[in-house]
Amino acid sequence: MLDNSNSDPIDPSRRKFLKATGTTAAAGVISAYLPAHASGAVEQTSENEATLRTVDGAVPITVRINGKDHKLNIDPRTTLLDCIRETVALTGTKKGCDHGQCGACTVHVNGKRVLSCLNLALMHDGNEITTIEGLGAPDALHPMQAAFLACDGYQCGYCTSGQIMSAVALLNEPCGPDDAAVKELMSGNICRCGAYANIVAAIQQVRKRA
Amino acid sequence: MHTFEFIRPPDPAAAIAAAAQSKTAQQGADVRFMGGGTTLIDLMKLNVETPARVLDINRLPFDKIEIMPDGGLKIGATVRNSDLAYHAKVQRDYSVLSQALLQGASAQIRNMATVAGNLLQRTRCVYFRDTAMPCNKREPGTGCPAITGHNRTLAILGTSDHCIATNPSDMCIAMAALEATIHIQGPKGTRAVAFGDFHLLPGNTPQRETVLEPGDLITHVTLPPPIAGSKQHYLKLRDRASYEFALASAAVVLTIAGGNVRRARIALGGVGTKPWRSPEAEAALIGRPTNDATFRQAAEAALQGAKPQSENKFKVELAKRCLTHALRTAAAS
Repeated sequence: MLDNSNSDPIDPSRRKFLKATGTTAAAGVISAYLPAHASGAVEQTSENEATLRTVDGAVPITVRINGKDHKLNIDPRTTLLDCIRETVALTGTKKGCDHGQCGACTVHVNGKRVLSCLNLALMHDGNEITTIEGLGAPDALHPMQAAFLACDGYQCGYCTSGQIMSAVALLNEPCGPDDAAVKELMSGNICRCGAYANIVAAIQQVRKRA
Repeated sequence: MHTFEFIRPPDPAAAIAAAAQSKTAQQGADVRFMGGGTTLIDLMKLNVETPARVLDINRLPFDKIEIMPDGGLKIGATVRNSDLAYHAKVQRDYSVLSQALLQGASAQIRNMATVAGNLLQRTRCVYFRDTAMPCNKREPGTGCPAITGHNRTLAILGTSDHCIATNPSDMCIAMAALEATIHIQGPKGTRAVAFGDFHLLPGNTPQRETVLEPGDLITHVTLPPPIAGSKQHYLKLRDRASYEFALASAAVVLTIAGGNVRRARIALGGVGTKPWRSPEAEAALIGRPTNDATFRQAAEAALQGAKPQSENKFKVELAKRCLTHALRTAAAS
């Protein structure tokens, strides 16, 4: 096993740092996606008012994500995925193919799983969105998150939030008891590492305990 | 993606009035209705579709599945594929439709995709989806590179010298076999179109895929009353077991009496430029005993006019075996 005792611990601040610097560097580019009331990092790091301006044709909406209302000015082109990641800065939801072919961007809308890359944010004014951040917390994991950990249901982890969002939705869908039925209903979530066997095991573990 | 104006019409009349300003309801329409978005947003990201206005119809009152007085089914335009597939009456009386829907796309996409959107699903031809390439469907008159290029997944029935793009829908294949009717509300009033008349062959106008005109809004689809004792099956053959488009598929609705076929409705998917109803196969089945010889004859009849391309000759035999197996499975059910 590698000894990491002399290296800097990998702690959540690394992610926050990358998110903040990335947002600052790209501020000019993504100004179209900025929230009407820009939160946290964006507001504090913006160097001039220009970064808070909205583009022509931006539309005000309220998106409810993980139980919290976000009042935003949205370029109509913004997908629900980009809105979640870039505007609301919830980066647990991943962008894989951005064309509805990989499932990495899976979130729940009014309790049903959908691909956030093939949805416009504007279509969800008033809808209840749930992302991976809304399922559980590091000290209070959703049973499916815990099962993925226990069964080693991932390698690189990039598809994992989409896999878990799909798996949680599957619990409330018509699904036969056997592994084949689970595989069929999980076929919209691609895992490039090929962790499928452990993903199925994690889902079956939760279903058997339910 | 190009910029567009996003509008949520308050009622069908407003939606129709706004859409009627489009120059066309076909490829390149400057006003588009948006249902689930699973096809349209994908094509807008590719700049294959560049509407100036997008009309969100998801909150119009078209989200119901109702049983009609005659026992048939009325399916609203914005009913999601998953809701239709799992509907108790669909599973019981129109099982071929439920099977076809559940073999299409993924669970997430089925939760998004609408019935009307699926009627208008666009081809997966790689040349159509790539604006760097010529395509008669996307830009009329530029040519069809698929005919001399990558055409393994493309059509062998209903093709023309201008276009060989496959219709990718599973739902439509089942609806063709069930003889669904498409109900349209437009600037001039309402009309009903038989399923077989809705999609157009490419001919020399492949950019025209349906009979829809500017302002035409699909409001619902109806299915005729179920045929008592009918045996139904949908078989889909593809490169992987799930989440993949058909190389060949078959929807079969049979009525059998005394060991002979009394009534047959046959449609093929993955092989046609439109959802491919086969009256030839149906004629070859009527009055014949339900055995492999009959089924193979029907399959031969269905593929008689097939024109394979350089990479998809295999589809002719694949489609025959697909239909034969689907008939065998339905008859034995």
